[in-house]
Amino acid sequence: MATPDTTSPEAQHGGSGSPLITFDKVVKRFGDHVVLRDLDFNVGPGERCTLIGPSGSGKTTILRLLMTLEKVDGGHIWVDGEPLSHMPKGDRLIPADEKHQRRVRTKIGMVFQQFNLFPNMTVLGNITEAPIRVLGKSRDEAEQDARELLERVGLEAKVDAHPTQLSGGQQQRVAIARACAMEPKVLLLDEVTSALDPELVAGVLNVLREIAETTDITMLIVTHEMHFARDVSHRVLMFDGGQIIEDSPPEEIFENPAHERTKRFLKAVLEQG
Amino acid sequence: MTWDMDYALDSLPPILEAFLRYTLLATVLGSVLAAVLGLVFAVIRRAHVPVLAPLTTVFIEFVRSTPIPIQLFFMFYVLPSIGITLGGLFVGVLTLGVHYACYYAEIYRAGIDAVPPGQWEACTALSLPARYQWQRVVLPQAIRNVLPSLGNYVISMFKETPFLFLISIPEMVRTAIDIGGGSFRYVEPLTIAGLIFLAASYPSSVALRRLEHRVGHA
Repeated sequence: MATPDTTSPEAQHGGSGSPLITFDKVVKRFGDHVVLRDLDFNVGPGERCTLIGPSGSGKTTILRLLMTLEKVDGGHIWVDGEPLSHMPKGDRLIPADEKHQRRVRTKIGMVFQQFNLFPNMTVLGNITEAPIRVLGKSRDEAEQDARELLERVGLEAKVDAHPTQLSGGQQQRVAIARACAMEPKVLLLDEVTSALDPELVAGVLNVLREIAETTDITMLIVTHEMHFARDVSHRVLMFDGGQIIEDSPPEEIFENPAHERTKRFLKAVLEQG
Repeated sequence: MTWDMDYALDSLPPILEAFLRYTLLATVLGSVLAAVLGLVFAVIRRAHVPVLAPLTTVFIEFVRSTPIPIQLFFMFYVLPSIGITLGGLFVGVLTLGVHYACYYAEIYRAGIDAVPPGQWEACTALSLPARYQWQRVVLPQAIRNVLPSLGNYVISMFKETPFLFLISIPEMVRTAIDIGGGSFRYVEPLTIAGLIFLAASYPSSVALRRLEHRVGHA
């Protein structure tokens, strides 16, 4: 499943064995600045992809487009056989309405750099809110699931704590549990350790490693932690100038990058780390 | 000018009664109305509800640009002429409540704007419907941010309740003046009314300052 698909994206949405995520000539601009230009790529079910590249290369934008936090300016995004940014009308695709987006979006969860826990709720409340309101779970069921998730991230003792009482690393582990509680098919990890004190990074990465090893959840990861990327990824995509310039398994890209730009980037990042 | 203690003590019960029955009641009911209606205004504007949002903006600007006495007279004298008759206290509470709702709306708006974008994004990432996004995440944080400011407006409304005498509500100041008019001695009843305002306002604003401090440092 680590092999990148090479067939055309149009042929691939829907049907078994097809990619879970497809970017089809996606364009994203901020003002005059083109962040993504005609971007094509696929992610298969269960695949874990790390996006690397210099800042401003559009990695985070890809995650934000998938989470519908940004709108595409051109092209289409498909998730699990359904268009995300658009919806079918007759045999055409029109821009998606909020209802359509929300439905497709429930297949995707996201963990943010700044955790974004709800400070007015306890840890338990943070995790159970969406399963109760969105998935329609009973409070008992949602709480039981939340406790199990908290145990997995090593914070079962903190169920009744408020986010402000937790360290950054603990908050991020709660945020991971909160995202997982929605049982998404895809988990987006947006620089989840970048805001943490160095000694708290390992705890968060271990939780993610454990999730990667024990579940078949699809992951899109933006990170500067190259060891982590190497350990958990099936594929590493190198971005530059709004395009993918290299798409290889981690062993290959880290040991023998094909592209000069990738070499320079990795050299700079690894020296710094 | 001398202070007649017996006269002062005789004046106290009716003034206190007017305070409880009109001044305090109008402040409490008016504040509740302002708090609820102001929140509705703020959410309509912030959620960009079509048609209603621009109408709300125009209404708020209109109310904020006209003085309370005009609004009171308008509600009291003009509405009956088009067939709407309302009780005096009801008109008073309604006018104060709507007037202050327009100020509350601005405060709520500031509170909503102060909720970090990441909170909205987390709601989107969890697919929370708009209703719960407001009800469970944004508003609890926004209101907490602005609670001290809202409280200051309650005190400010409290101090504007004497305007209600314009529509013949026997609130505390009106009552004090009536008592004074009966004996041509105004010092005692007006002093008592003033002291009651002070006794209610001052501790409230001290408490609010403490609250402000706590909210600011949480």
